[in-house]
Amino acid sequence: MELSVNGSKTFCYTGGKVFDPAKPTAIFIHGVLNDHSVWILQTRYLAHHGWNVLAVDLPGHGQSGGDPPASVEAASEFVLALMDAAGLTKAALIGHSFGSLIALETAARAPDRVSHLVLVGTAFPLKVAPALMEASQNNPEKAIAMVNTFSHSTLAPPPSSMGPGTWVYGSHKALMRRMLARNPRVNIFHAGFKACDAYAGGDAAMTKVTAPTLFVLGQSDQMAPVKAAQSLIRAAAHGKVVVVPGGHNMMAESPDAVLMAMKDFLGP
Amino acid sequence: MPGYSDPGFDTLALHAGAAPDPTTGARAVPIHLSTSFVFESSDQAAALFNLERAGHVYSRISNPTNAVLEQRVSALEGGIGAITTASGQAALHLTIATLMGAGSHIVASTALYGGSQNLLHYTLRRFGIETSFVKPGDIDGWRAAVRPNTKLFFGETVGNPGLDVLDIATVSAVAHEAGVPLLVDSTLTTPWLLKPLEHGADLVYHSATKFLSGHGTVIAGIVVDGGSFDWAASHAASGKFAELAEPYEGFHNMVFTDESTVGAFLLRARREGLRDFGACLSPHSAWLVLQGIETLSLRMARHMDNTAKVVEYLASHPFVSRVGHPLLESHPSHALAQKLLPRGAGSVFSFDLKGSREQGKAFVDALQVFSHLANVGDCRSLVIHPASTTHFRMSDDALALGGITQGTIRLSIGLEDPADLLEDLKRALRAAEKAGV
Repeated sequence: MELSVNGSKTFCYTGGKVFDPAKPTAIFIHGVLNDHSVWILQTRYLAHHGWNVLAVDLPGHGQSGGDPPASVEAASEFVLALMDAAGLTKAALIGHSFGSLIALETAARAPDRVSHLVLVGTAFPLKVAPALMEASQNNPEKAIAMVNTFSHSTLAPPPSSMGPGTWVYGSHKALMRRMLARNPRVNIFHAGFKACDAYAGGDAAMTKVTAPTLFVLGQSDQMAPVKAAQSLIRAAAHGKVVVVPGGHNMMAESPDAVLMAMKDFLGP
Repeated sequence: MPGYSDPGFDTLALHAGAAPDPTTGARAVPIHLSTSFVFESSDQAAALFNLERAGHVYSRISNPTNAVLEQRVSALEGGIGAITTASGQAALHLTIATLMGAGSHIVASTALYGGSQNLLHYTLRRFGIETSFVKPGDIDGWRAAVRPNTKLFFGETVGNPGLDVLDIATVSAVAHEAGVPLLVDSTLTTPWLLKPLEHGADLVYHSATKFLSGHGTVIAGIVVDGGSFDWAASHAASGKFAELAEPYEGFHNMVFTDESTVGAFLLRARREGLRDFGACLSPHSAWLVLQGIETLSLRMARHMDNTAKVVEYLASHPFVSRVGHPLLESHPSHALAQKLLPRGAGSVFSFDLKGSREQGKAFVDALQVFSHLANVGDCRSLVIHPASTTHFRMSDDALALGGITQGTIRLSIGLEDPADLLEDLKRALRAAEKAGV
């Protein structure tokens, strides 16, 4: 569905169901150079199991207009504005990578508006290696190849985002290329990495979160290794940790494990 | 497989899509000859049917052995995913039927396999899909053939029968200007010789019957999606591809381009095309193709070496008037082949004897190592004489239009000792000359 947020068209995938104000809502926030479709094997299920799903395309990404958020803080203001636009007083926030920092910051800024917090493939600080940062600006194709290699852990993933026969390496690469091509005005790749790299408030934000928090971490994640989430886990007052098989792109490499972790945590 | 670079071609050819079986420890890919797969629960069953979760339900739609093949060929081509089909023809039909219906139009190369030509020129016309044919090298012709209802460009990497090399980058640019994708038949080149997606093609298919399986044992097809074509953008601009970008009543009103930003084609092709047309591949056949792919690079290298030797021999033989292979400077696609196909332009080609239809038959009958049959891409060397077999009903004039003479012979060079192939050809050429006396 399309919403107007801060005057810009904002696309949210709803998992094949019409938004129903009577149900609880889960907002899914993707990572750098991704869009709503990275959540296909978690969102559609939850949408058919009692939840409203709003898997957003962040501003400047995919089907959404506007400028990409310049910082995690700005992105969290966008999420709160999105909730206002959708008429939501409260929602579960689920974020991956860059999106996990956005969810975290939002939950710290407005603790009473967040029912659950799910941080997938998270780490703090989320520093971007200088070579990758530079490539994202000057040689995005090279940076896509680097991210893609770091984000995957197996040559034999199970049936995934397009069902059996999906080649996860290739589909992730194609999505990143598409996201770059869709926004010729701004390099959203570099903008996203800069926002991740600059974010300094993670540990402090975690201490302000009151919602129960689930960490979903990939056993073989090279982008956000399990150990890099430990300071957030220590700072979380109500944290639960689930380690799933797979790399940073665990929503595609371990779709069922990620879904079941969320389902158990979110409850009926 | 953690690492700092993507795996190489040979590693992918052996490992993409397959890990040791977690239940039995089997290292080779098991053949899952099972029509159906048990649901974990009623909830999982419903979720699988509604595409909320991914998994196998029924082998017409998907199968674990076929899925390995799909992942493997996707990996080798640089695609996002693939669908295996009963044959190469089924892959072509599935692709077209997913992208368009009656009232649509295709622009295709004139240099096509006869089966593809039949499908486009006769059969699809009956279902309201028109095709305009243009010479593959006529770039203005591709552009001029575009109509408001054009949905697809289609050509072969090396076109039948003259091995015209398709300038994929240029033709795909014209296709993209027109807001349509380029589909390429890559059967004769395989990803070891050329990866069309890297040059701008959007969809690639194979008759896996040929070099991918490589042993002349199986009929199989596969279509790979490059994930590069923006169906939603084209739909927004022109209204085309409503099949992918508007709610589909036949599947829960799913909007495939919302569901998967890059994989809408594959979602619909599997959920509609395999479901309704049903031209699925047997898992046993999929396994045979996988077995072939494991040695694809070794075989293709040998195919190319043997082909170079045979081409050189025939080109210098006094009873041969023409050898149609891009290895030769005289071939119209020589320069393009050097650029796009540095490892070789395939091992299937034709040459002309200086002789009559009878002499052509005598040549074929005298061969002992080459097998006379209607296939290409076997590990064994193959031969056919079009004027007396595949094209026997055609007049001399009609043959000439197709670039075929009474003495045209088509070869598919196999993996035998090259000296034995040359000896066999030498003997048969002598027999053909004698038959003319």
